[in-house]
Amino acid sequence: MKNPEANPILSLARMLLPVTTLALAGTTLYMTFFYAERERVMGDVQRIFYFHAPAGIVCFLAFFVTFISSIAYLVTRRKSWDIVGESSTEIGLVLTSIVLITGPLWARPVWGTYWTWEARLTTTLILWLIYMGYLLVRRYTDDPDQQARFASVVGIIGFLDVPIVYWSVRWWRGHHPLVLKVSGGGGLETPHMKTTFLMGIITYLALYLCLMVYRVPLGQAEEKLRWLRERASSAPRVAANPGRLPQH
Amino acid sequence: MPGAESTTARCSPPVAARGLTRRYGPIRAVDGVDLQLERGEFLTVFGPNGAGKTTLLKTLACLVKPNAGTLTIFGFDPRRSFDQVKRRLGLIAHTGLLYGGLSARDNLLFFARLYDVGDPGRRADEMLEEVGLTERADDLVRTFSRGMQQRLSIGRALIHDPDLVLLDEPYTGLDQHASRMLRGLLEQIRGKGRTLVMVTHHLEEGLEVSTRLAIMTRGRIAWEAGAGSLSRAALEKFYLEVVGGGA
Amino acid sequence: MSSRSSVVPIGADMAATGWLTSVRREIAKALLICRKDLRIEWRNLDNLPAMFFFSLLVLVIFNFGFDFATADFRLLGPGVLWVAFSFSGVLAFGHSFTLEREGDCIQALMLAPVDAGTIYLGKLMANCVSILIVESALLPLSAVLFNFDLLSVARPLGIVVLVHTIGFAANGTLFGAMTARTRRGDVLLPILLFSVSVPLMISAVQTTTAAFAGKSIFEGSPGTWLVMASVFDLVFITAAYLTFEYILEE
Repeated sequence: MKNPEANPILSLARMLLPVTTLALAGTTLYMTFFYAERERVMGDVQRIFYFHAPAGIVCFLAFFVTFISSIAYLVTRRKSWDIVGESSTEIGLVLTSIVLITGPLWARPVWGTYWTWEARLTTTLILWLIYMGYLLVRRYTDDPDQQARFASVVGIIGFLDVPIVYWSVRWWRGHHPLVLKVSGGGGLETPHMKTTFLMGIITYLALYLCLMVYRVPLGQAEEKLRWLRERASSAPRVAANPGRLPQH
Repeated sequence: MPGAESTTARCSPPVAARGLTRRYGPIRAVDGVDLQLERGEFLTVFGPNGAGKTTLLKTLACLVKPNAGTLTIFGFDPRRSFDQVKRRLGLIAHTGLLYGGLSARDNLLFFARLYDVGDPGRRADEMLEEVGLTERADDLVRTFSRGMQQRLSIGRALIHDPDLVLLDEPYTGLDQHASRMLRGLLEQIRGKGRTLVMVTHHLEEGLEVSTRLAIMTRGRIAWEAGAGSLSRAALEKFYLEVVGGGA
Repeated sequence: MSSRSSVVPIGADMAATGWLTSVRREIAKALLICRKDLRIEWRNLDNLPAMFFFSLLVLVIFNFGFDFATADFRLLGPGVLWVAFSFSGVLAFGHSFTLEREGDCIQALMLAPVDAGTIYLGKLMANCVSILIVESALLPLSAVLFNFDLLSVARPLGIVVLVHTIGFAANGTLFGAMTARTRRGDVLLPILLFSVSVPLMISAVQTTTAAFAGKSIFEGSPGTWLVMASVFDLVFITAAYLTFEYILEE
């Protein structure tokens, strides 16, 4: 496994992404408060939407990455795929938590209640539970190879469930009509608002990538450390210092 | 086509392994093992705990996939001819591999059917007689003593008449009487040209019945010889040299 | 040992004469594994009584929460019933694989010429049967305890219960196998299973309510739920069938 410092593209990314993310965040914050117009119905509270919805979209992407890397791991058995999956899940869970926190913060002033069991928010909650399960499985499995395999299976099953969960909660909701219409916050009416929303997505995307380029090499380093530890504790019979991460 | 496959089986060595390697993380439990057995041989592999003997056996049993190297069982590649290989293999482990909640007969029936044995009922009864458990046929295996479980386990392993029988520390937990019985059964198992591989860390076991001996340490076969007229004392000497000496 | 009798077919004879033959053989092996599990249960009764009494207890406790003497069971009951059924299911899935651990029998199964997916199907069927047995006992009992007419809705209810039990067992069997080998598997199993089975639970309660109300379960909203549940069953049985070997592997 390559030393992260040695990989030029990765080093560049690790330098540029934090700066880019900060710049984007700054810009989007400005746009959220000053560029996007005040929403007609809900007023300034609606601005939480620009924190809330893009996080939801990128967290979905994160879990999709977990899904793909889980399949890739089971097929190729290259540990790097498993590390990507684990990292993406962790970051995805952070983003999911942001959605789950900003949701009620927004709902309370607007609809008088913290939680509305609205389709998307509920799906996000279930998603949070499923991928927490992914991390718990990792935590409670001792053998590293088994850990990777079990987590990959959960990563696959969990993602397959996502559309089904969303559809079923929506269909269920349809028969418990809410007093207030809950959707994308009354809609994004102006081009300014749409642009701000887009910027929000790009910012969260940059954040995701920024966290990934730090988290994944960290995982690889941990794996290498484990390798070295086990090698040290059982002298001559071990493999030579691996140039890259081994296949299991 | 059927004819071709049984010809392959007849002509090929039961075990042909080259460079077998199995890693668990950075540790090579099996480190580049070469092994070739001819029909009718009885190989006993000695070695201390952690030498990789069980992993080697599990690799031969195709329970564990090697990370590197090639393995053919009777000329078949386990990855491609899964079925062909499994039908010719039998494993006797010290854990019994029996369902405690089923009767002796039901256990044998289940495995007979699983291996597509013809007339499973009759075969199960035959087997029960061979291992001397006919009177306890309908009792739950959970109620059996260790020795009886081991005997039934042998019956289970042989129910489909495998040509290659693997034994993983079969003497573990057996008392004198049961050990003697097992030894007798091993001699019988060898009949009809079956090939056997046994791993154990007790030097006395298998010495009388083996045709080949090997000592495994740290994932490698460090010493190998025909059993011939090797005495126990001589074997012990080699063993200590090979195992004790190396750093 | 006995000579190689004509009783034992040589592997070569089993060379697949066709795709259909091997499918039939695998189904036969799955049924064999299913029968084996059920036979063990029949002789030992380790699991079914526990499942039954546990779900009965759940029903009784919920009664103290909702007081079905006054509340209409047909409205609130389905949720309670499905909680009871799913808790007993969790017991079944855990037990299904601990019984294999006893004699290290998973190894015995993996030694045999049978696919991992086939082992999964066999276990799935056995689990379904176990849970269905408990449900069949619990439903009449709750009809008595909570005073509703079971017979008139028996057929639609039966279909609903069957479809949703299969879906629950599809993931339960997979996660049961997985968590049998982790620490705190007894806690992990419900966490994983209930999260993933949310759509199924929603559907189960909706369709059961519709069935109790005498509505047709094949039309309108219940019909849609039934379709979704069937899709759920199919998707997850397939996914589990394909990934089961990675769970069993050493």
